[in-house]
Amino acid sequence: MTATLPAQADAERKAHDRHDIGIGLPRWLWLPAVAAFTLVALPVVGLALEADWARMPELLLSESALTALRLSLETAGISTLLCVLFGGPLAAILARSRLPGLRVLRSLVLLPLVLPPVVGGLALLFTVGRTGLIGQALHLWFGITIPFTTAAVILAQTFVAMPFLVVSLEGALRTAGQRYEAVAATLGASAGLVFRRVTVPLVLPGLVSGAVLAFARAMGEFGATIAFAGSLEGTTRTLPLLVYLEREVDIDSAIALSLMIVVVSLLVIVVLRPRGAEGLR
Amino acid sequence: MTGFELAVKLHRPEFTLDVAIAAEPGEVLAVLGPNGAGKSTLLGVLAGLLRPDSGYVRLGERPVTDTTSGLLVPPHRRGVGLLAQQGLLFPHLTALANVAFGPRAQGMRKAAAEERARRLLAEVDAAEFAGRKPAKLSGGQQQRVALARALAPEPGVMLLDEPLAALDVDATPAMRALLRRMIRDAKQTTVLVTHSALDALVLADRVVVLTAGRVVEQGPTRDVLARPRSPFAARIAGLNLVSGRACEGGLRTDDGPMVFGRGDADVVAGDRAVAVFPPSSVAVHIERPDGSPRNVVPVVLAAIEPRADVVRLRASASAEGPEWVDGLAADVTPAAVAELNVEPGAGLWFAVKATEVAIHAAGG
Repeated sequence: MTATLPAQADAERKAHDRHDIGIGLPRWLWLPAVAAFTLVALPVVGLALEADWARMPELLLSESALTALRLSLETAGISTLLCVLFGGPLAAILARSRLPGLRVLRSLVLLPLVLPPVVGGLALLFTVGRTGLIGQALHLWFGITIPFTTAAVILAQTFVAMPFLVVSLEGALRTAGQRYEAVAATLGASAGLVFRRVTVPLVLPGLVSGAVLAFARAMGEFGATIAFAGSLEGTTRTLPLLVYLEREVDIDSAIALSLMIVVVSLLVIVVLRPRGAEGLR
Repeated sequence: MTGFELAVKLHRPEFTLDVAIAAEPGEVLAVLGPNGAGKSTLLGVLAGLLRPDSGYVRLGERPVTDTTSGLLVPPHRRGVGLLAQQGLLFPHLTALANVAFGPRAQGMRKAAAEERARRLLAEVDAAEFAGRKPAKLSGGQQQRVALARALAPEPGVMLLDEPLAALDVDATPAMRALLRRMIRDAKQTTVLVTHSALDALVLADRVVVLTAGRVVEQGPTRDVLARPRSPFAARIAGLNLVSGRACEGGLRTDDGPMVFGRGDADVVAGDRAVAVFPPSSVAVHIERPDGSPRNVVPVVLAAIEPRADVVRLRASASAEGPEWVDGLAADVTPAAVAELNVEPGAGLWFAVKATEVAIHAAGG
């Protein structure tokens, strides 16, 4: 730990930036970098140019659009909460425990990230579906059927969004290390108190950005939802499903809804993420 | 105040910690030793962060670790405080909340905990930082707050793990003085891990020297540093040390040659002993000197190390001279170095009067 004040260090870094001649940044890097950025940003512009702005309010305020938006926000919100409640502890165990086979476990958690979502949806259907491993028991004992309900949407979204939260939070936990926790223990704090008063506050920025990513991923979820939950208006037809449907019937409506998703996603990422990343500093 | 007593073994890939150490209530024990000697491992065992392979730890009368019965009291129920090299203040809490953390964790009411925190912050001269987050404090200020935090739960035993090592040169003396006031003068039982002879002298009643996981030397701080019996203690005390067996008029090294010196009363001829002399007592010559010094040896100059106001010449053994000169230090003035006009690799003569060489009995 240096003895310079961090505020000073910040100021120094800024002063340094202004005079930095950019070592380690060959000029040719700009070409592929600009291409990459264009690939990400230009389609959104294309979408905006194609939009029928005059009909926009009418298209966005249609009942089906509003219903889908509300459903999307609700399900994504609940999914994010589930990711935090269950993925948080999972991340803590991946980062802190000394279980054998932890590396295999860690790779398995990443599976939804690399799997085509529609495959995930099918896997869920065959597990939780009426004839599935768990679905059968649920149906027999409790009379609960999950597929093609709002619960299925939430489950599908949680499935695809979980890795985002776990990876982000596990990274934060590893970076934070265990030194603060050891100090807290020597100050007389029990494991539970250390977790609440030290570990969680320390990784809060990582937790917030993980939750934001998970929320964004849940909002955009399509493949697993359509395979596992179907497309029933008001119950399982989230915004992405509605866009897909409208594309066949009313292309202007599809574009308008797409733009709405873009705006919601941008809001989530731009407004929440930096605040989360800065966190406690 | 509690003392402590421990006898533990703990195997690491690099070394095996195998020590038996005790401290009286109110005693400050300095643990010296090279990197990888097991100092931090020892603190971990005392704090309850590490489980030894065998042995026990008692804090006062209370057993907290005992491998025969499987007892391992967790860190938060030991009453052992820890101040590390980095203060490790919780970054999300203010200085006041950091200091109040321990008392709060013990179940003290918020107001009472904060009152104690304010009092401790005042004692470490950090009262004005109470409302600040650690990021707004300098390294020295953070370390003061961290000391107050470690003392707040009123630990029976305090562990200081190189508490001054990461501080600015300007911040070190003030922190050292503060530690003296808050730890030594307050009769706080403490284990202090340090690399500095000065810290040990100022802060510790007694010194234990660890090397490769074992205690190679221990005793009152002044004695160990004035009359070191282990190479490590000699080096941090800034002294030359040659080991061998005591003989009439000095000491004979294991490969034969003799070092002339004056023996302590307890030195018995034939027993293990060490010859100790300060680098300032070594005279350096280009040609073999004639005269009274009994110890005159050829060496090869290995390195030239500028010190504060002297230059330290480091020797290595020469082909024709004895082996024991390897690593010897001679302190000379910069003017003398200029006059000698030598480069590393040059041949020199070192001369030490026998009266400057103290022969101490070496245990083991």
